[in-house]
Amino acid sequence: MWLCNSSIGRKVIMSVTGAALILFLTFHGCMNVVALFSESAYNQICKLLGSNWYAIVATMGLAALMALHVVYAFILTFQNRKARGNNKYAVTSKPAIVEWASQNMLVLGIIVALGLVLHLHDFWANMMWAEIIGAEGLQCPPTDGFGWIKFTFSNPVFVVLYLIWIAAIWMHLTHGFWSAMQTLGWSGHIWFNRWKCIGYVWSSVVMAMFAIVAIAFTFCPDCLGKCDGNVLPFIF
Amino acid sequence: MANISFTVKFWKQNGPKDAGHFDSHELKNIPDDTSFLEALDILNEELIAEGKEPFVFDHDCREGICGMCSLYINGTPHGKTERGATTCQLYVRKFKDGDVVTVEPWRSAGFPVIKDCMVDRTAFDKIIQAGGYTTVRTGAPQDANAILIPKPDADEAMDCASCIGCGACVAACKNGSAMLFVSSKVSQLALLPQGRVEAAKRAKAMVAKMDELGFGNCTNTRACEAVCPKCETIANIARLNREFIKAKLAD
Ligand code: HEM
Ligand code: SF4
Ligand code: FES
Repeated sequence: MWLCNSSIGRKVIMSVTGAALILFLTFHGCMNVVALFSESAYNQICKLLGSNWYAIVATMGLAALMALHVVYAFILTFQNRKARGNNKYAVTSKPAIVEWASQNMLVLGIIVALGLVLHLHDFWANMMWAEIIGAEGLQCPPTDGFGWIKFTFSNPVFVVLYLIWIAAIWMHLTHGFWSAMQTLGWSGHIWFNRWKCIGYVWSSVVMAMFAIVAIAFTFCPDCLGKCDGNVLPFIF
Repeated sequence: MANISFTVKFWKQNGPKDAGHFDSHELKNIPDDTSFLEALDILNEELIAEGKEPFVFDHDCREGICGMCSLYINGTPHGKTERGATTCQLYVRKFKDGDVVTVEPWRSAGFPVIKDCMVDRTAFDKIIQAGGYTTVRTGAPQDANAILIPKPDADEAMDCASCIGCGACVAACKNGSAMLFVSSKVSQLALLPQGRVEAAKRAKAMVAKMDELGFGNCTNTRACEAVCPKCETIANIARLNREFIKAKLAD
């Protein structure tokens, strides 16, 4: 299969899974900002995506995408180290156009993965998973997403950890976004600059949505979510 | 014009298996309009006069067109020349009096060292042999104007064809990837009607050979285009990706 046994094919797997993860992050970020305005609307979303079959199927799809992305990240990096060989240059000088992120995607990815473990432990385990196994006696009910955000960020250590995580994803994406388009061949003299710009704006906006929620819930949890919102009309 | 003195720290290695080490030698009073390779010739004369083994490095045309010269100078393939120049077009005026100039070979698993800073780049020839040509029926040549080619396409193809196969792109790449070279060689033909006929076959064959020879997976770091003496760009790599993906999807 050319997707696994050619270098460009392996890159296509990286870029398609990466791009799908970016789309997921975009939706996730949009849903998060709802919590800033309306507790009721946010919890409606949480309920909708609780442990319903479609949410579970989508979560499994997402996990598969992530697993593919991570497995290929290690395969590519391992092969590339071998292709480079063991002889290190005594003197090196990084050209100005080479972004730091582009040469450290695996390191950034590993930070992203560690953050993900923390995040799944903080939220997913208490929400979807708790609902599936029918856990009891938790801090908040599984569908009270608003409550879980408040609870998590009541500890200031978490906002620092989450902001580091968000910064790592941002750096991963400032390179990853245009790189994915380049890998798919959708680039050239003109589109290279366009994708780079779109990628910067897109990843900055998406990651800012996450960062704002984390910061707001740390500093002023009680002034948030006051509107009486209803998202159902937008969905059905 | 002035004369400068500087120390050359140069890599010595006896074949691909040897660990290798640096030697150094001071060059005194070198006119700054001397080319860097001429300075290395002077170095070798002095080494021979001292009864030492000369320093081995590749070179041929010494005018930036053959792609033989291949030195990694002070951390940059071909040295910090003017943009778009090769090692043989680097001049002593680019250095300052008292500098230590470190000269290393292309270091990449795809280019094993033959001796000192001379590396084996036959891998590139093998990639070209795999598909970097067009098959034409010889005989009475066709009229040159029979196939009209838009000027922008002709120019772009010419830019891609200016790749001299030096391997600086591989030397600069942390992934040991040969994508800038291969994509330039695929592009120079893919952009022209004469090359379109075999475009899909060519892209598949050249990429397969590149992978087989152990070059790495391109992760778009852009180190290659930053050092390419012929200013090839990663737009070529995007074009190769497109050609390759289209060819595989069509199968
Ligand atoms: C939020 C989750 C993530 C997103 C949205 C994401 C997105 C992306 C994108 C779009 C690319 C560019 C693909 C390309 O150049 O073709 C990429 C590359 C990469 N990712 Fe991720 N990624 C994520 C998580 C991870 C994780 C957890 C790891 C590793 C443990 C990782 C490792 C890598 C590596 C090594 C590359 C570079 C590979 C290459 O450019 O060929 N990523 N990522
Ligand atoms: S693409 Fe540039 S750096 Fe690479 S082989 Fe061709 S001329 Fe040399
Ligand atoms: S010696 Fe021919 S390009 Fe430098």
